[in-house]
This record gives sequence, C-alpha cells and structure tokens, in this order.
Amino acid sequence: MNVPLYEKIWMWAAGGMIVAFILMVFAGVAFSALEPPSHVETIDPAQVWTDARFANRGVTQSPTGATVIAVAMMFAFNPAEIHVPAGKPVTFRLTSADVTHGFQIVGTNANTMVIPGYISQFTTTFSTPGEYLIVCNEYCGLGHHQMYATLIVEEASS
Amino acid sequence: MNRADRLPYAHLWVAILAFGAAAAMALMQALSRASLDLPYRSAKMYYLSVTAHGVLMALVFTTFFIMAFGYVVIRYALRQDVLGAAAAWAGFWIGVVGVVLAATAVLAGKATVLYTFYPPLKAHPAFYLGLTLVIVGSWLWAGVMIANYRAWKRAHAGEAVPLAMHGMLATVIVWLIATVGVAVEVLVLLLPWSLGLTRTVDPVLARILFWYFGHPLVYFWLLPAYVAWYTLLPRVAGGKLFSDSLGRLVFVLFIILSTPVGFHHQALDPGVPAGWKLLHTFLTLWILFPSLITAFTVTASMEVAGRMKGATGLLDWLKRLPWGDPFFAAVALSMILFAIGGFGGAVNASFGMNAVVHNTAWIQGHFHLTVGTAAALTFMGLAYHLVPRLAGRELELGLLAKVQPYLWFLGMLLFSISNHVTGLMGMPRRVYEADYGGAAAAQAWHGLTTLSAIGGLVLFASAAFFLLVMLGTALAGKRRAPEPLEWAEPLHPVGKPGLLDRFGLWVLVAVVLVLIAYAVPIWNHLRMERFGSPPFTPF
Ligand code: HEM
Ligand SMILES: [Cu+2]
Ligand SMILES: [Cu+2]
Repeated sequence: MNVPLYEKIWMWAAGGMIVAFILMVFAGVAFSALEPPSHVETIDPAQVWTDARFANRGVTQSPTGATVIAVAMMFAFNPAEIHVPAGKPVTFRLTSADVTHGFQIVGTNANTMVIPGYISQFTTTFSTPGEYLIVCNEYCGLGHHQMYATLIVEEASS
Repeated sequence: MNRADRLPYAHLWVAILAFGAAAAMALMQALSRASLDLPYRSAKMYYLSVTAHGVLMALVFTTFFIMAFGYVVIRYALRQDVLGAAAAWAGFWIGVVGVVLAATAVLAGKATVLYTFYPPLKAHPAFYLGLTLVIVGSWLWAGVMIANYRAWKRAHAGEAVPLAMHGMLATVIVWLIATVGVAVEVLVLLLPWSLGLTRTVDPVLARILFWYFGHPLVYFWLLPAYVAWYTLLPRVAGGKLFSDSLGRLVFVLFIILSTPVGFHHQALDPGVPAGWKLLHTFLTLWILFPSLITAFTVTASMEVAGRMKGATGLLDWLKRLPWGDPFFAAVALSMILFAIGGFGGAVNASFGMNAVVHNTAWIQGHFHLTVGTAAALTFMGLAYHLVPRLAGRELELGLLAKVQPYLWFLGMLLFSISNHVTGLMGMPRRVYEADYGGAAAAQAWHGLTTLSAIGGLVLFASAAFFLLVMLGTALAGKRRAPEPLEWAEPLHPVGKPGLLDRFGLWVLVAVVLVLIAYAVPIWNHLRMERFGSPPFTPF
C-alpha cells in the first residue's frame, strides 16, 4: 500500500498514542489497583432478605476499616443512611431485591451496577469527612429519580 | 421518480418520520430535565418518551437510513439494478410492521424499559417481537447487499469493488456478526420470558448478549457515515479522495475490531471478571486507530479540494470549501464534534476513569456527539444530497437547509458540554428530576441543566428545519431532470483487488477474535451457579 509520508507519520503517532493509553491503563491496574468492581458471587434474588449475607444490613466497623452491607430496591437503598470512618478502607457489599440499579457516591469514583442475582463488592477509602449523596444511576422504573441515600463520612476517632 | 429508486426512497422516509417523532419527544425531555413546569409533565411520560426517543433514534432512524443508503450504493456506485428487489421489499415491510408493533407497545405505556431493555424490567411481548422483526428485515437487506456484491464481482472480474460498496459491505458484516447477540438475547431469553413460558432470566447473561450487540451497533451507525465522508464528501468539496486504499484499511479494521469489545460497557458489572474486562479494554483502545486514520484522510481530502481551487497558504484552503452547501457543512461540522466525542470515548474506555462517568449525564453528552451527530448529522446532510436526486425534485427551502447544520452544531455544543460537565459532577443519566431531596450536590447541577435545555431547544429547531426541508422537497420541490450521484475519485488510481478486498478472510479473523473475547467468559458464566430473576414492570 502506498501511504504518503505525512499520513505515515500520523499513523505512527496514532499508534503510539494508543500504546500509551494501554500502558496507562496497565499501570493503573498494576500499581494503584485501579480496577473496576468486578466481584463474581451470586445470590438468589428471591431470598435476599433472609440470606445470611444480607440479613443484617448496615455498617460493621473494625480497627482496620468497615464493611457496609446494603440492598438496593425500588426505590430506596436499605439502609438509607450509612456512616463510615474517614481514612480507612471501606468495603461495600450490595445486591438488589428486584430490578437492576446503580450505586454511585456523588463526588467520588465509587460507582457500581447492582444486579439482581449477583453481589457487587468494592473497597474504597474516603479521605474527606462530610455528607455525600448516593444515587441510583440505572433506570429502575418510574421512581428511579427518587432513589437515593446518604453517606456520612466521619472523622476517624483515632 | 425512477421505479427502482422507490426502494431507497421508501426506506429514507421511514427514517425521516422516525427522526421527526423522536425529535418531538426529545424536546419534551430536554425541557423536562430543566424542571420546567409543563402541563403534561410526569415521570410516566418522561420515561415513556425516553424509551420512544431512544428506540426511534438509535434503532429505527439509523437502521432504515442505512438500508436506504445501501440500496443507493448498489444503484449508483455498482451501477446495477437491485438484484433481489422482492426480498428487499419484504425486508422493508417486515421492518415497518416491527416498528409499528414496538412503537404501539411503547406508546401504550407497556414497554417503558428504555432502548436497552435490561431485564428483569419486562416489556410487553409486542415490544420484543417488534424489535425482532426490525432485525429480520435488516437481515434481508444484508442478504440483498451481499447478493449484489457477488453479482457485481462476477461481472467485473479483476476489478476492485468501488470503495463505497467496500464500506457498505463492512457495515453489513459488522451488523450480521453483531445481531447474533441480540437475536439470542431476545429469542432465547426475553421473548419466552415475557410470554410467561419461562419463569426467570439471568440479567447478567442478558447484558453480556446485549453489549455483544450494543458496541458493534455503534459502528453499524458510524461506518455508513464514513462511507459518505470518504466517497461523496471530497467530490462535493471539489477535490479528490486522498487515499482509497487507506479507506479500505479502515473498513477492514472495523470488521475485525468492532465486536470483541462489549465488556467495556459492563466495566462496573458484578459477575464479569476483571481480567476479561481488561482484555476488552485493550481491544477497545485500538478502535481509535481507524478513526484517527479517517480524521487524517478526510481532512487531507478537503485540503486537496481547497488547493485544487487555488488555495496557497497554510490554512487558506479552509476558506475555499463550500461551507454553504448543506451536505458539506453537515459533514464537516459533524467531524468536528466527533473529534470531541472520540476524546470522551477514550475516557469512557479507560478502565479506571470509567467509574467517574459511568451512567452519568456525561454518557448522554458523549453519545449525542457520536451517534447523535457524527452519524445523525451526516445522515441529514446525505438526505439533502440524496432526496433531490431520488425524488427528481429541487431541494426546497434551501435557506433552511443551509442554516440547519450550523444550528445543530450550536445546539449540540450547548447540550453536550453541559451534560459532560454535570456528568463529571455526578449527575446520573435517565432521570426525570434531579432534586434528591434538595441535596447540596444536586443543587449544583441546576444551572447547567438549564443550559442543556436551551441546547435541546436549538437542536429541536434544527430538527424542525430539516423536516420542513424534506417535506417541502418531497411535496413541492420543482421537478427537474435526473442528476447522477457523483463519487469522489481517488488521488491515485485504484489498483487490482488486494488483501483488503478479501472479505472472507477478514470475516474469519473477526470470528476468531470474537471467540477469543467471548467464548471462555460466556462458558464460565454458564457453568457457575446462577439464579434467575422474575419479571418486574414498575412503569
Ligand atoms: C433533536 C435533538 C435531540 C435532543 C434535544 C435530544 C435530547 C435527549 C435527551 C434530553 C435525552 C434523555 C437523556 C436522559 O434522560 O438520560 C436523550 C436520550 C437519548 N438520545 Fe437524544 N436528543 C436528540 C437527538 C438524538 C439523536 C439524533 C440521536 C441518535 C440518532 C439520539 C439518541 C438518543 C439515545 C440513544 C438516548 C438514550 C435513551 C436512554 O438513555 O435510554 N438523540 N436525548
Ligand atoms: Cu434507579
Ligand atoms: Cu461501546
């Protein structure tokens, strides 16, 4: 194929840019564990309220961090108010009691789909104490825009 | 009108009418999002209209327009009568019946599931059946396209097929590979489930199948626009195509890379392992490559045009281009907006950054630049170019046609930029209201949602201009002698058919890549213990 010189340069530059993107993604995964929530664990969506993994919803604190167990449902999160410590890793475990929802903490990069039959899990650390808005960001029915919760990040006690 | 032109013309009009209906829905949505107090405004109407707008724009307008363009390419680039016209008409009517079925279900409020129809939201069976018929109709189109290519090849041994047909064949191949996914999703999972024949459905499996289809769908929209950019635009600009063989390379790259990337839409899904998402991400980033080549080749072709008209300085050639020609203006402006869209796409695809924008208003800002402009505005420009030729009439209301692409550009800048920004600020997409009990974070979005509504108004005005021009031309345009459709000549003559014309080979490569990307994760998925979901209809 006969490719003019300028276009050849452009193509090399384009290829180089893409390789750079790929290396960036790779570095993110390798060095800062920048990995999207990809937990693989299933659950019977009809048994969510009684399943031992979700029967006790809320926050469990430990010296090293906290675990949040929550259920998304039309059109609320249970629990609707979540308190977590600042500066420590917080692990969220979520599932849905009905349709597919989203779970996004506005102003952070915490964001996951919540799909019935599956458990979403991710760990994140909040550095700034304060009140955060949690929204459902996947259409889940006529009350979709009313589906939200509050996250309160509290100054760690010590 | 020439009898044989009725086939593309009928498809074009279904596309134009679908666009018109969808644009009316969009006006209401855009105003609603700014929380204006309108009499008909309710959550039920909002989500119903987003469903109708998404289905009509993304699935009906595009598909029928692309089918029309395919037949135009057969008639005017291959210069032959459409072989298999009966099958083509059958495909048309099957598709029309499908659109009517699906639209009825949506307008009756029985299918407010949005155009992505993720289960366990369940629509009326007529919705799934309607979509199936649209796809079956498009398969007949695909068959007719392939049969015509074969016939042409037999009659022109040793010649390379015209670039326009090369690109349309790539479109057909991408579409055939892609639609396997949605066909399995709808026929095996959703239709029986919505009829009550099966009790539950696995939502993640459905999403995997949907996005197996959903990403190449994007290239099904884009490739015909690229065909117009490569094979018609340089001619209208008054120049030549900078490189025919690079065009072929681009189309082949899309055949290979379009499908094995769907997990990038599921970056935040549970139930899909991170390693496979990473593989799809790497492949996704390579899709930027053919589009970057296109940006260069098409821009260079315009420069050639400017210089052939006597331009000398560095940028002087820009001034010599026919900015008053509605087709040229539509394409040139859609290219500019697509450059922004491509940048946003790279952000979406980046593994880590995706979480910041996933399902936020950023996404609708993004795809209104890509499908909503790069494809749709190009199609509107093409309509100005094609309808007078097919109908044998002068373009009516030419002034509106001249202004329309600029209005779209302006409206889209306002709409898209404001949505990108509110998205970065965390505003979710697909919401009727963004009030959230008066939360401070939500208050911060409101100035920008008003800006987005203003953009929506401008876009609607532009869409209305387009419709007026089309109706005026079809009904009242001055009759005129038929004028041929002229294709761009390449700067260097087209050689013998080469490696890039061996479609069978590239289909094979594409299938192998699809298997690498999907076979193992789907197999693993099916083997794991899974619990299905019963249906829900919260609308
Ligand atoms: C008349 C100009 C247009 C305006 C004012 C407009 C406006 C909108 C608005 C306000 C939404 C709803 C966003 C949400 O709630 O998330 C939307 C969604 C959408 N639009 Fe447009 N749009 C226009 C043209 C187009 C075009 C030309 C296309 C594609 C060919 C398109 C494709 C879509 C799709 C696929 C959705 C997504 C629906 C969903 O999230 O389910 N739009 N549009
Ligand atoms: Cu929701
Ligand atoms: Cu995609």
